[in-house]
Amino acid sequence: MNGDPVLSVSGLSVTYDVDPPVRAVRDVSLTVGQGEVLGLAGESGCGKSTLAYAVQRLLKPPAQITAGQVVLHGTPGAAGGDDVDLTTLSPAEMDRLRWDQVAMVFQGAMNSLNPVLTIGAQLADVFARHRPGMRRAERTETCGALLDMVGVGADRLRSYPHELSGGMRQRVMIAMALALRPRLLIMDEPTTALDVLVQREILQEISRLREELGFSVVFITHDLPLLLEISHRIAVMKGGQVVEVGTASQIYHDAQHEYTKRLLGSFPSLTGERGDFVRKGAAV
Amino acid sequence: MTTLELRGLTKRYRVRGSGHMLALDDVDLSIASGRTVALVGQSGSGKSTIAKIITQLERETAGQVLLDGRPVPRRGKGLRAYRQQVRMVFQDPFASLNPYHTVRHHIARPLLLDRVVPREEVDAEVARLLERVRLEPELATRRPHELSGGQRQRIAIARALASRPSLLVADEPVSMLDVSIRLGVLNLLADLQEADGLGVLYITHDLATARHFSDEIVVLHHGRVVERGPSDDVILTPSHEYTRALRDASPDPDRHFGGGRTPDTIGSPS
Repeated sequence: MNGDPVLSVSGLSVTYDVDPPVRAVRDVSLTVGQGEVLGLAGESGCGKSTLAYAVQRLLKPPAQITAGQVVLHGTPGAAGGDDVDLTTLSPAEMDRLRWDQVAMVFQGAMNSLNPVLTIGAQLADVFARHRPGMRRAERTETCGALLDMVGVGADRLRSYPHELSGGMRQRVMIAMALALRPRLLIMDEPTTALDVLVQREILQEISRLREELGFSVVFITHDLPLLLEISHRIAVMKGGQVVEVGTASQIYHDAQHEYTKRLLGSFPSLTGERGDFVRKGAAV
Repeated sequence: MTTLELRGLTKRYRVRGSGHMLALDDVDLSIASGRTVALVGQSGSGKSTIAKIITQLERETAGQVLLDGRPVPRRGKGLRAYRQQVRMVFQDPFASLNPYHTVRHHIARPLLLDRVVPREEVDAEVARLLERVRLEPELATRRPHELSGGQRQRIAIARALASRPSLLVADEPVSMLDVSIRLGVLNLLADLQEADGLGVLYITHDLATARHFSDEIVVLHHGRVVERGPSDDVILTPSHEYTRALRDASPDPDRHFGGGRTPDTIGSPS
């Protein structure tokens, strides 16, 4: 981890209280440093999205946090010092912090825009909610600037989601997440539905914005090769637990856990050696 | 030896309000038994349109689809016989199986329709096909919702193989599956292909698996073939700018870290 921590998750557990109960996140501890990109890798059902929702306190019953802390460090104006345990906040207090300090780009974000409202109206909602003192003209101007920042262009404020391509809609979602200049951005499979060229554009955009604005990123995906390229550190999740954490280079060169090795082995190399598993009828 | 050939294939879709959209523009392609051809390109490049025309779910606007030199019959028995030869595996195993029917029903249907085996041998053939895709024959009584994505895709493959085709069109067959089982399904396809001498058209946007699982790669861009050649050549020394852009945009930790992961650490997923 580089720099001071922004977020420390310790001993976090989430259970879906159904019959029988599902322990989706088990005793997870992680830290995210200032300006760091932490990759969270794992397959469907490993608990990675549940973990992200828990950090944001967005879980709905039957899911509930059963143990652990989610501490946001250096929160300005928080009662009881700079470090706030998000799990202890009241819903109203959490509402103020969410999006302002920790924002999220959801999975399938391209389809999470409201189809009957313009892009501008949806961006303005963020300010109406969190910056009620802001005047209308200022709001419009800020929304335009946000669209310029992510490369969509202020002239698209009056566009509807269906008038934009998938990549553009994803950029709008990123603009929305960055509207209040959060210190941490959680991205849940933000580029999975996009093809490689658009994915690369979006990744470069995120990287540029991160350098410009200095926020930290938790990047959730099953695409380990992608994480190896863009993350400082990577946490590998399986069955609700973090089985391995290391720098991207450690995970690539010297993975310790069997599951990490298996995950690495699931991706044939694009330009490297063929390996011995292909087109020879290897065991399945 | 069977060869499927596309000659000057062109497809124009009518778009309401704005005239036409050219989805395929003069595409030539040939797939022979025992060979795997990968068709790569980004969303909207026309990959799936080619699959739909090969399986005659769509009609071409111009050009020809030839099986062993003969044009594809348009209807009736001829078309059915053609479809028995050329089968398709779809992308989404959650949508391509009927939730009301058992696994047995899905696999038995082509067996009965194409009269592959006598009626009394259908159950034995279903069991044999399930074993070929490395599933327990007991799964025959289950319904799709009781199965994992990987199991479902194996069922879809068994169904495609039931009529003993000579060519298989696999449209993104593993992109909906969990990463740790993708190679298993691709290896299975490769094994079956080798055993039956199948010709396979592997449609994908994943250049890495395209390289390793096919003999030849065809790159499609805006409905046109911009590059084709032996897999390693196309990926390692691409000659077209678009192929290079695709390759450079694909995640490649080996290039990123300058190699260092030895091939023997890339084990086969068990």
